[in-house]
Amino acid sequence: MKRSILTGLLSVVAAQALMVSTVLGAGTLRIGMTLSDIPLTTGQTDQGGEGQRFVGFTLYDSLVEWDLSASDKPSVLVPGLAKSWAVDAADKTKWIFKLRENVKFHDGSAFDAAAVVWNLDKLLKNDAPQFDPRQSAQGKSRIPAVASYKVIDPLTVEISTKTPDATLPYQLAWILLSSPANWEKLGKSWDAVAQKPSGTGPWKMENGFKPRERAELTANKTYWDTARVPKLDKLVLVPLPEANARVAALRSGEVDWIEAPAPDAAASLKSAGFVISTNAYPHNWTWHFSRVEGSPWNDIRVRKAANLAVDREGEKELLGGMMIPATGFFPPGHQWFGNPTFKLTRDVEAAKKLMAEAGYGPGKRMQTTVLISPSGSGQMIPLPMNEYIQQNLSEIGIDIKFEVADWNTVINIWRAGAKDPSAKGVTAMNYSYFIQDPFTGFIRHLQCDLAPPAGTNWGYYCDKDMDALFEKVRNTFDAADQDKVLQKVHEKYVDEALFLMVTHDVNARALSKQVKGFVQPQNWFLDFSQVTIQ
Amino acid sequence: MYAYAFKRLLHIIPVAIGVSIFCFLLIHIAPGDPLAAILPSDATAEFQAQMRTLYGFDKPLIVQYGLWAMRALQGDLGLSIATGRSVSGEIASAAVNSIILAVAATFIGFTLGALLGFMAGFLRGTWVDRLASSLSILGVCVPHYWLGMVLVVIFSVTLGWLPATGGGPGGSAGRAFDWAYFRYLLLPAITMSVIPMGIIARTVRSLVSDVMAQDFVQTLSAKGQMAPRIIRHVIRNAAPTALSVMGLQLGYLLGGSILIETVFSWPGTGFLLNGAIFTRDLPLLQGTILVLAMFFVSLNLIVDLLQGIIDPRIQRS
Repeated sequence: MKRSILTGLLSVVAAQALMVSTVLGAGTLRIGMTLSDIPLTTGQTDQGGEGQRFVGFTLYDSLVEWDLSASDKPSVLVPGLAKSWAVDAADKTKWIFKLRENVKFHDGSAFDAAAVVWNLDKLLKNDAPQFDPRQSAQGKSRIPAVASYKVIDPLTVEISTKTPDATLPYQLAWILLSSPANWEKLGKSWDAVAQKPSGTGPWKMENGFKPRERAELTANKTYWDTARVPKLDKLVLVPLPEANARVAALRSGEVDWIEAPAPDAAASLKSAGFVISTNAYPHNWTWHFSRVEGSPWNDIRVRKAANLAVDREGEKELLGGMMIPATGFFPPGHQWFGNPTFKLTRDVEAAKKLMAEAGYGPGKRMQTTVLISPSGSGQMIPLPMNEYIQQNLSEIGIDIKFEVADWNTVINIWRAGAKDPSAKGVTAMNYSYFIQDPFTGFIRHLQCDLAPPAGTNWGYYCDKDMDALFEKVRNTFDAADQDKVLQKVHEKYVDEALFLMVTHDVNARALSKQVKGFVQPQNWFLDFSQVTIQ
Repeated sequence: MYAYAFKRLLHIIPVAIGVSIFCFLLIHIAPGDPLAAILPSDATAEFQAQMRTLYGFDKPLIVQYGLWAMRALQGDLGLSIATGRSVSGEIASAAVNSIILAVAATFIGFTLGALLGFMAGFLRGTWVDRLASSLSILGVCVPHYWLGMVLVVIFSVTLGWLPATGGGPGGSAGRAFDWAYFRYLLLPAITMSVIPMGIIARTVRSLVSDVMAQDFVQTLSAKGQMAPRIIRHVIRNAAPTALSVMGLQLGYLLGGSILIETVFSWPGTGFLLNGAIFTRDLPLLQGTILVLAMFFVSLNLIVDLLQGIIDPRIQRS
């Protein structure tokens, strides 16, 4: 009797398991995101790089896009909805964007120059009927160069910048274009659009959207870029903010892919047959030095000594191998890396010598305070990582005290600047940076006139030569030549040890072995078109 | 009875005002900027100021509170900063999931708790008492966050019997009260029921023991009353206090649990609060805390009224 009850129960469980797998179908990829909600679906996404990764470049396109097709080379800009662009030879503030023909939004309406202007108004023109504060909050600050824009003809748009600015294509790569006709059709309501969005991207969201729980994207089989028509039928996005819940969901087969598995879970996932996918991408984890008067980091010998004291291999061990030790401000192999002469190796004796030259020694140890957070976006595991650096620096006579604040407070102090009372006199702060384009990668950190409150040059660094290089970046309109200038910038960053350069995250994700065809590019964003489930 | 109910109802007004001021201030004195989580980190000060004006955060706190309280009185808790969705709608949708979870946990926790507690109290000093007491202490002591993870490891990861996360096969939207849905409910409900089970078992045991030691029980026994009749008297005497504890526990369960709902990604009010805390979504935080607090206050009122009905001495006091 007992045996028959047990057999019956097992049959029910097996039938359920079979039913669940049948319902999913063969072409469904289920992803456990680290986010606690589905990112904004109306166009310009929220929730940072992950929001843009999963909802931005899946449902939408931008005029200029990132090449996400290769894992073995740095990601560069490629034509998106604009098939070409050029700056006016006579007036370097005028750009002409030639748009792609025969592109349709998911609702069937045509993409054209008027749609581009409508979308820019959506973000920049407060009195436009379609102006959306939520999307503006995400998009406006990404395109600071844009002064005006107009339709030249149905497939040509002119965009003017405030001053000559060759970084405009990088800025526009942030801007996602939603359908004006869909917004009209849905009663001019962005809330309604959130439920039924319409872009031109390789994925559509037709139904299956439940805020905070899941979003189901279906393949856009008529996508304009035939090489990027998704091979899967469906992409299911599930918010799983708790790291252990993500691992459990993957191991129990509820999702096929999780973002950011905890470093201590990686080994067990690998041994259970899961694939840990990593790659370099434009992220860094640094100490941003204050350069205000009285900061000990104003002395290049101290900055170099600190960089020579850090045991980056030890940090790597601490993170279970899931990091790339810094050899510069950008990851090694990046197109803007150049050839810095200062090598970020661990050399305690050389570091001590530099400290002695700077006037420090056993009788006069350097003492200073650094702002850190216990956790935060891109911060990896900041407490043990910073404590390890504290030990390293102690070896060369630098005594570090930590001022610990929650991540949002750290962001506010970063915006307010090192001189602000909220910084409580710290002389450095641990920050993790998104460094994907010339502005986010270099300019915003160190340009003289971007010191707070105008920008986020937190440490009030100001150097005429660096400013001249930034100006040259903005005025070099040939992409290859611009890369060379950016290399010079990076060399100056490293050779003058302008930051404590520690590590780069590797954008880890764990995949079930059924996931095939995934290429992890050296970029914050991903292309799911080639992915299949076997 | 009506005068008692009216008096208790009046007590709610200052509590409601106090709760609303407290939760409003609590959030505003916390460090950080409410817009920090939604603006790109390198947004300029000028742009931040523009957005602050747009969202009304530039107004003095007292004005912000006044506007919020006026709207809240009309049932409008505003819009979430992070998503733009109606806070009332968000809470309503999450509350349904929390209530379902709470009802399931209540059923498990109260039934087991009352049963264990009664058996332990009625058979005090026997092995049944020791076993039931040990189980109830274990229920109170085990951190439910840890228990949830252990249950997931056993039943989801190792055995693969039950899902580890989620609010249903296709999310809570496609909820159908069938086995496919209950599979998702089972682990969080068991995890959630453990603490109330322990508390109720310990309370009921203590109450039953006390009542059993009273003279009237011995008199009943001496008069030759059978056990079922004695049990009925014991239950009736122990019920008011037990009910009060159950009411508080029910409030605790209905309020959702940030830890349990986060571990299981159960889309209830706890999960909602967790997300709102991490995105510093002030309207959502304020609205959710207010609704949960008022819910708790209302539940206490109902329990007080029920106690008054069961034991009229309470009304007179």
